[in-house]
Amino acid sequence: MASVRSAVSVKITPPVSVPTGREPQAPLLMRMTVSKVNFYYGPKQVLFDINLNIASNKVTSLIGPSGCGKSTLLRTLNRMHETVRSARLEGEILIDGQNILAQDVTALRRRVGMVFQRPNPFPKSIFDNVAYGLRINGVKGSIADAVEKSLRHAALWDEVKDQLHKSAYELSGGQQQRLCIARALAVEPEVLLLDEPCSALDPISTAKIEELLVQLKDLCTIVIVTHNMQQAARVSDFTAFLLTGQLIEFSPTPQLFTTPSDARTEAYITGRFG
Amino acid sequence: MSHRLRWRKFVSHFMLTMTGLCALVAVSVLFFILGYLVYHGGTSISWDFFTKLPAPVGETGGGMANAIVGSAKLLLLATLLGVPIGFFGAIYLAEFSGGTMAFVVRYAADLLNGVPSIVIGIFAYSLVVLPFKHFSTVAGGFALGLMMIPITLRSTEEFLRAVPRALREGAMALGASQWKTIASVVVPAAYRGILTAILLAFARVAGETAPLLFTAFGNRFWSPGWDQPTASLPVMIFTYAIAPYDDWHRQAWAAGLVLLGLILIINIVARVILSRGVAVPRT
Repeated sequence: MASVRSAVSVKITPPVSVPTGREPQAPLLMRMTVSKVNFYYGPKQVLFDINLNIASNKVTSLIGPSGCGKSTLLRTLNRMHETVRSARLEGEILIDGQNILAQDVTALRRRVGMVFQRPNPFPKSIFDNVAYGLRINGVKGSIADAVEKSLRHAALWDEVKDQLHKSAYELSGGQQQRLCIARALAVEPEVLLLDEPCSALDPISTAKIEELLVQLKDLCTIVIVTHNMQQAARVSDFTAFLLTGQLIEFSPTPQLFTTPSDARTEAYITGRFG
Repeated sequence: MSHRLRWRKFVSHFMLTMTGLCALVAVSVLFFILGYLVYHGGTSISWDFFTKLPAPVGETGGGMANAIVGSAKLLLLATLLGVPIGFFGAIYLAEFSGGTMAFVVRYAADLLNGVPSIVIGIFAYSLVVLPFKHFSTVAGGFALGLMMIPITLRSTEEFLRAVPRALREGAMALGASQWKTIASVVVPAAYRGILTAILLAFARVAGETAPLLFTAFGNRFWSPGWDQPTASLPVMIFTYAIAPYDDWHRQAWAAGLVLLGLILIINIVARVILSRGVAVPRT
């Protein structure tokens, strides 16, 4: 794991760190590959022939109007779609070249963590929330150290270090969401999926999380679903635009937002629909 | 004021008074019973009641120590049988089962809940008493346990279902298996409700008489063992109340007071546990 600052300062304006084209291009390493994925809820098809490469240690964002299938696509990446009975997936999703559908699902979800739309801390203490993943995965060694490290990575440590044994529900919404990020980071996932992580938060909490995401790239690969195009532009390196279950365009973020190649992408990012 | 308007006002006031009176009667029945029990039972209750065996027929005095212990043993057995089956059945219903199976189990539990308690008694009689050829504590506990199953199952299921789906997903996204998710997140989130459900089921069967009449039967002495008949408070009340002795009537009142007190305390404890707040905030 790469070295990470022990305490993270939080500013209101998030830094923008997207490839500008002027910096030397290192060859991209692909962490996950989605190929020819069709997805159904019962008889209803919601994803059509999706192909997507997710670059290692980059932020990839999925945008599109409501119901376009971006959350569904995200949930297939750690097989959370399997919690829905009628869900059916066709195609192949690889992580480091291995098919995720052939793996043990609990092992996969340890490698591919997830943060949800609404903060969903467990009804436990702050400490136990972060420790949860370590405990159920039978991690040996100091849980306290791991909890501190994760809370620092989530830029929450300084706010909660004196109240680790308080209920997680005493935190504000933004703090709860960072706690959920810390909880996901504790098991050291290779990929972190975020499903509209800021949609229930105020602008200041949102800014904190956005800055956090940019910093977390050192630790893991990030895929984020967002409703908010500005957010995608601010935090992500690559952006995929989905519409009615189809992947319309997938490019480096600056390119997608300045010179979209598809007319529908342009229509969406200029606010003509969605 | 026109005639019609006056009539309407009269009907309105009349109905308001009627409904209010009915509500008052509904509430006062409880307080009337309580008051009556405290009046009669309170004057008959004594230390002897808790510590002594029933006196031989014809003598006054004595107590119901054996019935109190007998009731405790019966309820212990009932809890050991009814709570685990109800609890795990509820987990299956709430977490694992699909449409048809869930419908069948839920419907069967509701029907079982509606089976008259005397029928449960006959069932336990033919299943446990007849093969062993004598009444026993085990048979009584079995009958009461059967009654606890549907009550525990249905209310536990409700409380498990009330746990937000987001919590389950949060645990599963960390690599928890379904069983681990249930054991470490869902049940702890619902434990107040589940505890309340168990207490209410316990209180419900504590006063049951009919299932015990021909299972645990009765005993004027200490029950020699789990496979032997035992006294219990509800059956003692029944026996003593229909006996022709004034002293027995007084003791029946005392037993009624003790039993009602026990059930009331359990109910209040259950309400307090539940009102201390559900662990998970509703969103």
